[in-house]
Amino acid sequence: MAVDRTRLPGVGPDPPFRFPSVVRHRLANGLDLRTVEHHSVPVITFVLQVHDGSGADPANRHGLAAFTADMLDEGTGALSAIDVSEALARIGAEFDTDVGPDATVFTLTALMRFADRGAALLADMLVRPSLRGADFARLQQLRLDRLRQLRDLPSAVAERSFLRLLYGAHPYGHLPIGSDAALRAMTLDDIGRFHRAAYRPSRATLVVTGDATHEALRSIAERAFESWVEPGGDGMPTPAPADIEAPRVPPARLAVVPREGAPQSELRIGHLTTGRNTPDYPALLVLNAVLGGQFVSRVNLKLREEKGYTYGARTGFDWRRGTSPFALQASVHTAATADAIAESLRELQEVRGSRPPSAAELSLARATLTRGYPRNFETAQQVARSVAQLVLYGLPDTYFEEFVPKVTAVEADDVTRVAQRHLDPSRLVTLVVGDYRAIADSLAPLGLGEPVILPVDE
Amino acid sequence: MTRMDLPFTKHTLANGLDVLVHEDHHVPIVAVNVWYHVGSKNERPGRTGFAHLFEHLMFEGSEHHNSGYFPPLQQAGAVLNGSTNADRTNYWEVVPTSAVDLALWMESDRMGYLLPAVTRERFETQRDVVLNERRQNYENRPYGLAVMAVVSALYPPEHPYHWLTIGGADDIRAMQLDDVHDFFRTYYHPANASLAIAGDIETSAALRQAEEYFGEIPAGPRPAPVVASAGLDREVRLILDDRVELPRLYMGWHSPAMFADGDAEMDLLSDLLANGKASRLYRTLVYERRIALDVSAYQNSRELGSFFLLVATAAPGQSLATIAAEIDAALIELAERGPTDSEMERAEAQAESHFLFRLQTVGGFGGKSDQLNAYNVFRRDPGFFARDLARYRSATAESVRHAAARHLSVDRRVTLSVVPRGQSALALPGSAPVSVS
Repeated sequence: MAVDRTRLPGVGPDPPFRFPSVVRHRLANGLDLRTVEHHSVPVITFVLQVHDGSGADPANRHGLAAFTADMLDEGTGALSAIDVSEALARIGAEFDTDVGPDATVFTLTALMRFADRGAALLADMLVRPSLRGADFARLQQLRLDRLRQLRDLPSAVAERSFLRLLYGAHPYGHLPIGSDAALRAMTLDDIGRFHRAAYRPSRATLVVTGDATHEALRSIAERAFESWVEPGGDGMPTPAPADIEAPRVPPARLAVVPREGAPQSELRIGHLTTGRNTPDYPALLVLNAVLGGQFVSRVNLKLREEKGYTYGARTGFDWRRGTSPFALQASVHTAATADAIAESLRELQEVRGSRPPSAAELSLARATLTRGYPRNFETAQQVARSVAQLVLYGLPDTYFEEFVPKVTAVEADDVTRVAQRHLDPSRLVTLVVGDYRAIADSLAPLGLGEPVILPVDE
Repeated sequence: MTRMDLPFTKHTLANGLDVLVHEDHHVPIVAVNVWYHVGSKNERPGRTGFAHLFEHLMFEGSEHHNSGYFPPLQQAGAVLNGSTNADRTNYWEVVPTSAVDLALWMESDRMGYLLPAVTRERFETQRDVVLNERRQNYENRPYGLAVMAVVSALYPPEHPYHWLTIGGADDIRAMQLDDVHDFFRTYYHPANASLAIAGDIETSAALRQAEEYFGEIPAGPRPAPVVASAGLDREVRLILDDRVELPRLYMGWHSPAMFADGDAEMDLLSDLLANGKASRLYRTLVYERRIALDVSAYQNSRELGSFFLLVATAAPGQSLATIAAEIDAALIELAERGPTDSEMERAEAQAESHFLFRLQTVGGFGGKSDQLNAYNVFRRDPGFFARDLARYRSATAESVRHAAARHLSVDRRVTLSVVPRGQSALALPGSAPVSVS
């Protein structure tokens, strides 16, 4: 039978989706444990989330949370850093550390048959790190050097300068790696203090997902983590970064980090907006999908497919528990810099009312966010990290079940309403990392005022 | 040992298209994955970058859906992408089970009916997009041109691995719309392609749908294989200056072709030398002597012959010559004495989990559908998974030592020093300036 090529085939109803059931346990030491059965492949993933990240760095110790996390696989008990790495390799485990503004997340994935050894290693590293002076000195130098290397990377320079512009001195205003001065000032005592304050059963969540029953997963976790005792002394000082007010008005509308001879300009255009817990979250996701959250979105179609200015442009929220940045980002051909900025500003303005999402755009955005939703939960690691997110943002256990209906209920009016409430063109900050001499004249007509010139570091 | 398997059903359509189906009903999604056996090695000097530019055009519409490839699929909840390397071009969608027909319709339409949709305007826009991709990922990225310099010295100018897949900027600018037609007719047809469908679908249904959508596409002639060889009989030392803070050393060697004897050993050698803190070079260069910030190694397995690359960045104030001397000592030691038993045990555990981790996803780059196509296109055997794993399990300390001795010779390689602008004295002695852009 010949294919009917006069029209696209229809798509059937969405397959039913159920998030696997999550069972909560509380270990005797107070550790919040959640288990999920996952039977596709015989692997097990442990996600241990500590409820403090770079936002908990003291003001003169930017980089402390990340440095502390980095020290944990540098040795435990009789094992040196090399021994730890070897022990992980011997069970073929993948180990990963992710330091974000609100949390530090450790992920260990191993073959099911090595579940106990993996859990024991994870517990030894996180609970009983050696924190030796020689390792500290070596890592301190490595982190300083890495920071220096980041100066070469336009996207990293933009990331760093943009956070600083938006947040100023707020605890969310720096990258996890911190600053040169703070890294130099750091001591091993700082690490020990941070570890004692942040790494305690009462401030952590362990998610275990694997090819075993809830009871078996619980036993594996319990054997490894039951000896973790709540340390004495103070926990993290309050308030949490999410509770500290962020600046409302940016210091400048246009800023440039000069990079002489750069063939492209790295752009960031955005401002601070609401936090992850906002009830407007589903509508903001739809707004972002329309604007620049996917390939077929206004910003990418305009800057890449229509104008050919860039390999890709996108928008997004960099979610935190508190005030979060919203930004458009793109790396554009130097000669197209001013035009790309003007087009971007226009898109950010128009979505607030003069060009609300069309029925087609709305339908596309909702479909993208909902119809393929089950693929986000294919691997044990994806499932475990998703559960950890619920804890991080204080979301209900029913969150994943409710996501699709909530997004599906978003209407065009909701998108306009949240765009007006949370996007404010008068507060947009435009940052360019690029060849200032080549673009300076073209920036003036944008009407963003005289640019603030920033150094590549700080 | 954990039992591992990647079961499949294979059926070849009358027009030559191989169809591979793998069932996995764990999540209600289906992966559709198409490989074309064409890459930048099918290009010729002066026309480099074409295979990749062509990949971009595959997303701009086809005769019966003459607008962007993304919208209908995104509307159905799909994620999709494509990529080009020296040897192959792949395209994939991961769709909800309910949208398999749509994905197959779209893939088959661009396989059978692309050209009427390729207009001059679309062609020129994508040429600009690719030039921007090149700026973003190569020209404006620290050390971004280094690998380009290494391969252009490893392979002579007429060898198709002499250039990287992104191609030369001047070549990209010079491309013509007419070239698209020839390229499509030569390489984009069923007999030069392989289709894998993996996920929440019944095999019989998948085979029926594959026949329905792809069966009507006319067969084309199988392209002649590309033949080329290359070798080095000395060490070539080069220097490249770049906008970087710290000097970096690249060493490149010719190594056994993908799946040839010794290829798995080279892969194991890359782990043994530079993967993780317990690896030999990390331990010496970064951990003990602290003369390097990082070190990495990989076996870039390719059809006509592979290359092995080793990279180390100097710590501030440290010289590339000191680093090179340590690397050479480690290579000579390895070639003479081979890995320890403990290193081999580690390698075996890592191979086991690496292969098992690969079975966790049905779609996307490296997922099960992509693996089936890789084995089918490069080995004519989609069932090669088990034998692939066996290559690693059967490697011995002696076979690894032999591979190091034979292929990682200190006097037959390309050694490139990338140094901060104006600081050519930081390069290894005797390095000749290289110009890439």
